Amino acid sequence: MLRVDRITDGIVIDHIQTGRGLKVFERLGLRKAGYPVALLMNVASSKMGRKDIIKISDTLDIDLTMLGLLAPDATVDYIEDGAVTRKVTPGLPERVVGLIECKNPRCIVAVERQVTSVFTLVDREAKEYECAYCGERVRV
Amino acid sequence: MATNHFLASLDFSPENYDVLFSLASRIIDSPSDYGDRCRGKLMATLFYEPSTRTRLSFEAAMLRLGGGVISVASAKSSSVSKGESLGDTIRTVGGYADLIVMRHPKEGAAILAAEYSPVPLINGGDGAREHPTQTLTDLFTIHRFKEHFDGLTVAFCGDLRYGRTVHSLVKALARYSGAKFILISPPELRLPERIVREVKEINPAATLEETARMEDGLEIADVLYMTRIQKERFFNEEDYIRLRDTYILTEDKLRAASSEMIVMHPLPRVTEIDYAIDADPRAVYFDQARFGMFARMALIVHLLSDKEDGDA
Repeated sequence: MLRVDRITDGIVIDHIQTGRGLKVFERLGLRKAGYPVALLMNVASSKMGRKDIIKISDTLDIDLTMLGLLAPDATVDYIEDGAVTRKVTPGLPERVVGLIECKNPRCIVAVERQVTSVFTLVDREAKEYECAYCGERVRV
Repeated sequence: MATNHFLASLDFSPENYDVLFSLASRIIDSPSDYGDRCRGKLMATLFYEPSTRTRLSFEAAMLRLGGGVISVASAKSSSVSKGESLGDTIRTVGGYADLIVMRHPKEGAAILAAEYSPVPLINGGDGAREHPTQTLTDLFTIHRFKEHFDGLTVAFCGDLRYGRTVHSLVKALARYSGAKFILISPPELRLPERIVREVKEINPAATLEETARMEDGLEIADVLYMTRIQKERFFNEEDYIRLRDTYILTEDKLRAASSEMIVMHPLPRVTEIDYAIDADPRAVYFDQARFGMFARMALIVHLLSDKEDGDA
């Protein structure tokens, strides 16, 4: 059995849909982290069957908008002195700036390079977002 | 009105539109009262794609209000070719003019431009997305001839798939009670499912009836909104000619319609309305173009005014 030590101070991102862990790891910039980080994939889970987990041995500010987009149902446990002090489920963010690319070639964002894309959540169940400029819808 | 721009047809509530219709009607009744209303004000027209009617209509509107107009022959060839961003162009022009009218081929361009504009900005069309002053024109025309919107049966005929004027108007009309739409088009050019869904979201009680036969709509419509079937939408010439000729409004077909029905068209017309119809009192498309200018005068006065009622 694979064993990863408990962390006393840091963050555990648990209940990540299996297969998404690596993407979350990359997008949160953890590859360049100077502190211990563990990415566990395909861990057995009573709730989910299988899940991915990320353990970060540092109390950094993680990008909950990004995490919400990639793994809205994940749980984020903030740990201090070995105890969970705060538990957050990011959920799908209402407004996403700069993280989703508009695929509509007729959209103004496609030609104006200095402009950051803005998407708003229009259907939580379908995980559907709408471009604030051209109205194009994308599923995340 | 909360907004100081006019970017999309649904930006304005039915009450906002009523304010503009009253003002436009007052301008029609006594144009001389408004001949100096915008004296000392400058409107810039930035057209990144060609337009005849919309641009002339706006320029005529501003000149009739006593204001001035500055424009570039083709915004696309001047600034874009030098690599200037839309935001920079808008900020620069906004320093010269009191109002900007912009047409741009990209969808959402008006929303982006408004983020940078220090002065009121009017969307003169942004790609296939919005052309709100055409909707304003269409609504004002219906208002002038029918005096109300509730319970009207409006038939749309022709290219309902790609026609943005149809998309905007059908959504704006859906906000009135008893809205009923007859959608006359070939199967290839039906109103997109997305627009049907939006209409239903706006007004679950609105009814939409689809038909391929023009006659079905003519008998019961209060308003017939004709559109052009565009050749470039078809893969082969044969299909285009067959469909184009199916939806030609002739005197013969118009016989089935009520004497109170009005025939509208955003223009330019090609073959879809027989020239013989022009003499029929029900043909109001040239009135529509003229009303568009008055509606734009009302919009300009309103956007340049600080007062709530829009009558500066």
